[in-house]
Amino acid sequence: MIAPKSLFKRDSAINAADVPRRTFVRNALHGYEVKRDLNKAKFQDWQSARETASEIKFEGINHLDKYLAEFAKNAEARGTKVFFASTPTQAREYIINLAREKNVRSIIKSKTMTSEEIHLNDALEKEGFGVVESDLGEFIQQLRNEPPYHFVFPCMHLKRDEISQLFHDKIGSAQTDSPEELTMIARRFLREKYIQADMGISGANFIVAETGMISVTENEGNARLTTSLPKIHVALVGIEKILPKLEDLSLFLPMLGTAGAGQLMTGYNTMFGGPRQPGETDGPEEFHVVLIDNHRTELLADAEQRDALHCIRCGACLNVCPVFKNIGGHTYGTTYAGPVGSVITPHLRGLQDWKHLSGASSLCGACTEACPVKIDLHHHLLQNRRNAAAEKPVWWEKSLWIGFALLMRQPTLYYWLTKTAPIAQFFHPLVKGSILDPMQAWTRTREFPMSATTTFKDYWKQKKKQGAR
Amino acid sequence: MSSPSTADSRDALFARIREALANPAISHAHEHPVHPANVTPEATLSQWLPAVGATFEEQLDLFARNSVDLKTEFKVVASAEEAAAHLNALATENKWTKVATHRGSINDAVAAQLTTPVYRVDDQFDKVQLETCDAGITECEALVAQTGSVCLTAPSSGGRSLSVLPPHHVVLARRSQLIADLPAAYALLKTKYGAKGYPSFISFTTGPSRTGDIERILVLGAHGPKKLTVLLLP
Ligand code: SF4
Repeated sequence: MIAPKSLFKRDSAINAADVPRRTFVRNALHGYEVKRDLNKAKFQDWQSARETASEIKFEGINHLDKYLAEFAKNAEARGTKVFFASTPTQAREYIINLAREKNVRSIIKSKTMTSEEIHLNDALEKEGFGVVESDLGEFIQQLRNEPPYHFVFPCMHLKRDEISQLFHDKIGSAQTDSPEELTMIARRFLREKYIQADMGISGANFIVAETGMISVTENEGNARLTTSLPKIHVALVGIEKILPKLEDLSLFLPMLGTAGAGQLMTGYNTMFGGPRQPGETDGPEEFHVVLIDNHRTELLADAEQRDALHCIRCGACLNVCPVFKNIGGHTYGTTYAGPVGSVITPHLRGLQDWKHLSGASSLCGACTEACPVKIDLHHHLLQNRRNAAAEKPVWWEKSLWIGFALLMRQPTLYYWLTKTAPIAQFFHPLVKGSILDPMQAWTRTREFPMSATTTFKDYWKQKKKQGAR
Repeated sequence: MSSPSTADSRDALFARIREALANPAISHAHEHPVHPANVTPEATLSQWLPAVGATFEEQLDLFARNSVDLKTEFKVVASAEEAAAHLNALATENKWTKVATHRGSINDAVAAQLTTPVYRVDDQFDKVQLETCDAGITECEALVAQTGSVCLTAPSSGGRSLSVLPPHHVVLARRSQLIADLPAAYALLKTKYGAKGYPSFISFTTGPSRTGDIERILVLGAHGPKKLTVLLLP
């Protein structure tokens, strides 16, 4: 097993060198930015909308116990079954037991990143249940046996010919270079699956305490089919998705659409408040909401970074991140890539193993600026760096700073060094970029600036002698 | 389906949450307060959201413009006869063989004049049958001018499947159902259902089904309806 950090370094080098793919991804994200700005401009006051959204999430997260209890009470009153899972195992077992008990044969899923987090598909398949992803991007990634590249645009790194080849190989369709044709191939293939499936699994973008509802945002209609036709609907949701009131959605839905995909309103925003109710013509007989912790309470315990739980997973921070654009989504090796992934993964999966993600940032702050709920992302990256160093100091880094401090306090030593630096640099080309080079990580791909031959001190002295002011 | 651990795992999770929250966080949301904490009356939210004109004409115009952007076919008709005539023209053009609908005052008036056979989904229905229908004709709860959305609910729109399974979704609405913005939509839902209980299904449908998953190129009709038609009756 290679350490996450080594894998990250290896994959960033590979992906940063893949210029055509990088250009392709950058162009796609540019199109997003244009549309996003267009819709942002429609808001009467986007900045105040962000502040209000942040405040609403602050209220929800900082009274999470109260609002989750309220959610459960209201949901159960309408016949929804609510299960609180602390761990992935508990969540998987609950769903598997349910599927067994109800003699489920086939399962249709709409997009849920929470299920990626707990590797639900693998677990269900191992138990013999057929699982099909219905979101087009997720369906493509499932056929490729690859996790999503981006948690909102799962296959944005793929070109149409790659998708055409994939469909040809896996489901035997004819080759085509039309995105429309490719979409229709998936549509036809998945249609029967909806009709056959006896369990539908979805995620949720929000859960509403006041009314015991979940809210699902999507464009394709696959989540609507997943939650309409099968006789059981299971929603797998992180506990942080809480909103206190139903009308809060009137702010969050357009903000999610705008920040997430540059749409004022995503195609379908659907609220589910229970299984089929008396007098309703259709809908599932059973509705289960599985709320999962999976280390979110550890992030909750960190008051300084608690606001990272305000995240509505819109993906805006990834879309503007120069690091994401250059190394791509898979390099992170996490369920959640990009700035928000770098912030939260150390809390969810261990600081020492994942601290390198917080290091891999220029701290430009584009993410913080883009975030619709005003999470202080780039400062959280700094805090992760600080916490990691405090928890487990790196000996060579520490000695480096001790040496540096010593040098700075000894003017003679410093002066002597500035004098010898140009000489040392004269010989540098002999080792430059090689393993013997102490600056290898830098000089392998960059030029080191030449040090000046005259110091400022000497220069000043000389000028004075010449009588200059 | 309550395994003995259900209550335990709930208690354990709540205990962890309370422990985590013992250390209070400071809100950095705003340096200058924009509205009283924890209060979100609809008026407050409306002032940040996209502007909507005050008059019916302005709102109608906004809904129409949003429909163009969303590729929704939107048409104001003068009567149920005109709505039926439009649908009959669509039926001929798209070679419809069967349409589905539910009970409702607007639907009934229009469905009576359709030339295409009508499948009803009022009580029990067969999803395989519904899947073979060329269009699903529904009523709605409201039309939202601000976003060009149609607000559907289980009781107003014939359940969950009718509006998403057939490849063409037709919405029949009255002028009085056009409302300004999303906060107004939630206020309407609250007035109507808050006391007696909300429906199990509420959806804001904004344009036909779409995807941009392949090269971020827009394709309509990913899984849901390829076409959305909204007809506004008096
Ligand atoms: S951190 Fe902010 S910008 Fe990033 S995904 Fe979450 S809500 Fe969106």
